[in-house]
Amino acid sequence: MELVYLLIPLACLGAAVTVGFLGSVVGRVATHTIAIAGVAISFLLSIIVAVDVSQGHHFNGALYTWGQSGGVVFTVGFLIDELTAVMMVVVTFVSLMVHVYTIGYMAEDPGYTRFFSYIGLFTFAMLMLVMANNFLQLFFGWEAVGLVSYLLIGFWYQRESAIFANLKAFLVNRVGDLGFLLGIAGVLFLFGSLDYATVFAAAPEKQAVTLLSPMGHEWQWITLICLLLFVGAMGKSAQVPLHVWLPDSMEGPTPISALIHAATMVTAGIFMVARMSPLFELSETARSVVLVIGALTALLMALVGLVQTDIKRVVAYSTLSQLGYMTVALGASAYSVAIFHLTTHAFFKALLFLGAGAVIIALHHEQDMRKMGGLRRALPITYGTCIIGSLALAGVPPFAGFFSKDAIIEAVGHATIPGAGLTYVAVLIGVFVTALYSFRLIFMVFHGERATDMDEAHSVSEPGWVVTFPLIALAIPSVVAGVILVEPVLSGGLFANAITEPAVAAGSHTTAGSMLLHGFGAWPFWLAIAGVIAAWVLYCAKPRWPSEIASRFAPIYGVLQKKYGFDEFYQCVFMWGSRHLGEHLWHKGDVKWIDGMMVNGTANLVGRLAEIIRHLQSGYIYHYAFAMIIGLVVAMSWHLWV
Amino acid sequence: MIPLSHYLVLSGILFALSVVGIFLNRKNIVILLMAIELLLLSANINFVAFSHYLGDMSGQVFVFFILTVAAAEASIGLAILIIVFRNRQSINVQDLGSLRG
Amino acid sequence: MNFLQFSFYLFSAILVVAASLVVTVRNPVKAALYLVLAFFSAACIWLTLEAEFLAIVLVLVYVGAVMVLFLFVVMMLDIDVARLREGFTQYLPAGLVIAGVMVAELAVVMLSGRFGLDAIPRPVGRGVDYSNTRELGLVLYTDYVYAFEIAALILLVAIIAAISLTFRRRGGTNVQVIADQLQVTKADRLRIVKMTSEKTDGGKGP
Repeated sequence: MELVYLLIPLACLGAAVTVGFLGSVVGRVATHTIAIAGVAISFLLSIIVAVDVSQGHHFNGALYTWGQSGGVVFTVGFLIDELTAVMMVVVTFVSLMVHVYTIGYMAEDPGYTRFFSYIGLFTFAMLMLVMANNFLQLFFGWEAVGLVSYLLIGFWYQRESAIFANLKAFLVNRVGDLGFLLGIAGVLFLFGSLDYATVFAAAPEKQAVTLLSPMGHEWQWITLICLLLFVGAMGKSAQVPLHVWLPDSMEGPTPISALIHAATMVTAGIFMVARMSPLFELSETARSVVLVIGALTALLMALVGLVQTDIKRVVAYSTLSQLGYMTVALGASAYSVAIFHLTTHAFFKALLFLGAGAVIIALHHEQDMRKMGGLRRALPITYGTCIIGSLALAGVPPFAGFFSKDAIIEAVGHATIPGAGLTYVAVLIGVFVTALYSFRLIFMVFHGERATDMDEAHSVSEPGWVVTFPLIALAIPSVVAGVILVEPVLSGGLFANAITEPAVAAGSHTTAGSMLLHGFGAWPFWLAIAGVIAAWVLYCAKPRWPSEIASRFAPIYGVLQKKYGFDEFYQCVFMWGSRHLGEHLWHKGDVKWIDGMMVNGTANLVGRLAEIIRHLQSGYIYHYAFAMIIGLVVAMSWHLWV
Repeated sequence: MIPLSHYLVLSGILFALSVVGIFLNRKNIVILLMAIELLLLSANINFVAFSHYLGDMSGQVFVFFILTVAAAEASIGLAILIIVFRNRQSINVQDLGSLRG
Repeated sequence: MNFLQFSFYLFSAILVVAASLVVTVRNPVKAALYLVLAFFSAACIWLTLEAEFLAIVLVLVYVGAVMVLFLFVVMMLDIDVARLREGFTQYLPAGLVIAGVMVAELAVVMLSGRFGLDAIPRPVGRGVDYSNTRELGLVLYTDYVYAFEIAALILLVAIIAAISLTFRRRGGTNVQVIADQLQVTKADRLRIVKMTSEKTDGGKGP
C-alpha cells in the first residue's frame, strides 16, 4: 500500500517533468496524453486509497529522513486518514477535469506544453501538502503551490497586467507565509518536534503554557501558534485583509482559475486549519478571530461581487466569499462541515469557472458580461451546467451547496464564542447576496437580448467535447455530493479519526432527509429564493433598475467598485512606503553616511591629519632639537607626577 | 657641610642654562656646540659629586670617558661646520633646510 | 660657614654666571672665553671634591685643546653675526618656561631629602697621602681596561673623521706616487719604431 501512496504524487510529478522537458519534442498530442495519464493514475489510485481508508486502514509513517538537527528529525512522510483521502480525491478529480478541459481551452496557445507541465507540478505539490505528516512537508507543499500559482498566473508573461498580478499574489502570500513560518517555529519551540502525531498528542498538556508579552499580558502559547498559523491560512485562502491577490489572479488562464483559485490551492488554508483542529480546539481566542475574519470575508466579498462586470471576477469574488464561509465553519469548531463545504464548493466552483471559460472561448475571449446576453440557445450544455452550478452555489436544495451551507449556518448558530452573533447575521445576509450575484451572472450572460456590438460574423457555438465533458462531469457531484456526504460527515463521524471537534449538538438534523425538511422552514432557504427572485427582477424583468439603484446609492456603489480601497491602501502605504524608505536609506544612509562620511570621510580625515602633522617635518634641525628637549621634559614630568 | 643635593641642583641649573642656550642660539652652530659642552659639563659635575659622596671611583672613571667622547664630538662637529661653511659661506641654520619634509 | 662651603658657593656662582653669559653674548669669541671661565670654575669645584686628576685633565684637555679648537674655528670663519641674531628672543619665553620647569622638577627631586646630609653624609677628607691619580689608575687599568681601549679607538676615529672630512687636495702639484713608479713596464716607456734603412755609398763622409 505504501507504494500506492508514493505513486500518487509521483505520477503527477513524473508527467510534469517529462512534459516540461520533452514537450516540444514529442508534440502536443503526446504531451496532453502523458499529462492526463499521470493525473488519471493519481485519481484512480486516490479512489483506491479512499476505499481503503473507509475500511479503516490508516497510515502514518516516514518514507525518507531528510535531515536531522539537534534532536529534531525532518522527514518526508505520509499521513493517510479520512481527511487526506477526501482531499486527495477532490484534488485529483478536479485536476483531471481541468487537464481535459485544457486541451480545448489552450488549443491555440503557444505555451501548451508548458501549461500542462505546470498544472501537473501543481497537482504534485498539492498532493504532497495534503498527504504530509509533518509541518515541514506541509510547508514545502504550501510554498510549492504558491510558486506554481505564481508561474501560472503569469503564464501569459508578456502581458504587463499578468506580471503585476503574479507578483502581487506571491508577495501577499509571502506575508501570510511569514506568519505561517513563525507559527511552525512556535510549534517546534513548544513541542520540540514537527511531527503531527507527536504535536497533537502533546497538545492538551501544553494548553496552559503561557508567555509573557512585552506589555505585561500573559499569552497562551497555543493561542499564539494558532493565530500565526491562521495568518498563513489567511494568505493562502485569501481572507480579508490578505485577499487582494485573488481577483487579480484571474489574469491567468481560466483552467487554472478553476483548479488553483477555486478548488484546491485556496482551500489549502482551510485544510490546514482543519488538520490543526486539535490545536485550535484548545484556544478560544484563535477560534473567535477565525470566526470574525471569515464572516467579514464572506459578507464583504459577496457585496463586491455584486458590482463586477468581468465574468471571471464575479466568480472570483464568489470564491472569496465561499472561502469566508468555510473559515466561519472552522471558527465555529465545525471543522468537518468546513471540509464538507470545501468539497462541494470545489465541484460547483470549478464547474462555474470552467463554464465561464467555455463562454469566453465561445465568444472568442470576450470577458465583459455587459457584452454578453441571450446565449442560452447557442450554448445549451454550458447553460445547463452553469444553472446547476449556480443553484448549488446559492444553496438551493437538493443541490450540494444547500447541505454544506446550511450545516455551516447551523453550526454558527450553535456557537457561543465571542463574535458568533455578528457572524450569524453576516452569513445569513451573505446567503441572499450569494444567490443574487450568482443568478445575476446567469441572467446577464444567458438570458435577455444579445448585446448589439457583438460581431455577427463570428458564430457562437458550443465548444467541443473536451470542454463540455468536464462541465458535465463536475455537474454530477454538484448535484449529488451533498446528499451522499451529509450524513457521514455530520453524524457518522467521517472525520472522527482525523479531526478533533466537539460532538454535534443533540437535536441537530444530520440526515439528508431531516436537513431538507428543516431547511424548508429556516431562514437560509427563503433568503436564497429571495435572492434568485431579486436577480430575476433586476436583470430580466426590469433591466433599468440596476443602474438606477446604482446612481441612487452612489457612495455605497463607489465603495464597492473600489473594493473597499484595500488595493489603494496597500499600494499607498506599503509599496510607496517601502520604496521611499529604500530611496531614503539609499540617499542618506548609503550615499551620504557610509560612502561620504565613513569611507571618504576617513580618507579625508587621514589627509587632513597628515597636512597638520607634516609641519613637524620642517627640515630645521633646531625644531627637532626642541622637540627632543620638550619630550625630555614631558618624560621627566611623567615620571615625577604620574 | 654641603649636602649632595646642592651639587645636584648646581648641575641641574647648568643643564637648564644649556637648554635655554639651545633655544636662543638655534641659528648659530658654534654657540650651539658650546651649549652642548655645557650640557656635558653639568653631567660631569653630577658624576663627580656622586663619586665623592658614595666613595666609588666608577663615577670618576665615567667622567674620564665622557671627556674623551666630548672632545671627539667637538672636533668632528667643528670639522663639519667648516665644511658647511666652505660650501655655503654661512653657518646660518635657517639655510640648512634640505631635510624639509 | 667654613672655607669649603665658601669656596663651593663662590665657584658655583661664577660657573652659573659664566654659563649664562656663554649663551647670551653677541660675540662668539667672548662666548668661547666665557666657556673657558666656566670650565675653570668647574675644575675648582672638582678640586674641592677631591677629584684632582679630573680637574687637571679638564683644564688641560678641555680648555687647552677643545676650547682652543673652538677659538680657531670661530676666528677662521667669517660669520655674519648680525644675521645670526635675528629672532634671538623669539623662543626665549618658551625656552625659559621649559628650563624653569626642568629646574623645578630637578629641585623637587634633589631637595626631597633623599640626597641630604642625613641620607648621604659627606665623607671625611682623606689624608695627605691620598693620590687620586693612583686610585683612578688602579681602577681604570683593571676593571675598565676594555672601555679604556675603546675610548682610545673613539679618539682615533675622531681623528680620521676630522681629517678625511676637511682635507682638501690642491691641484697643480706634482707628487711622486712610488707605487705607480714601481709598476711601470717596458711598454709604457719605450716604443720601437721600424724604419727602412737608407742606402748611402761607401759611407764616405764630407
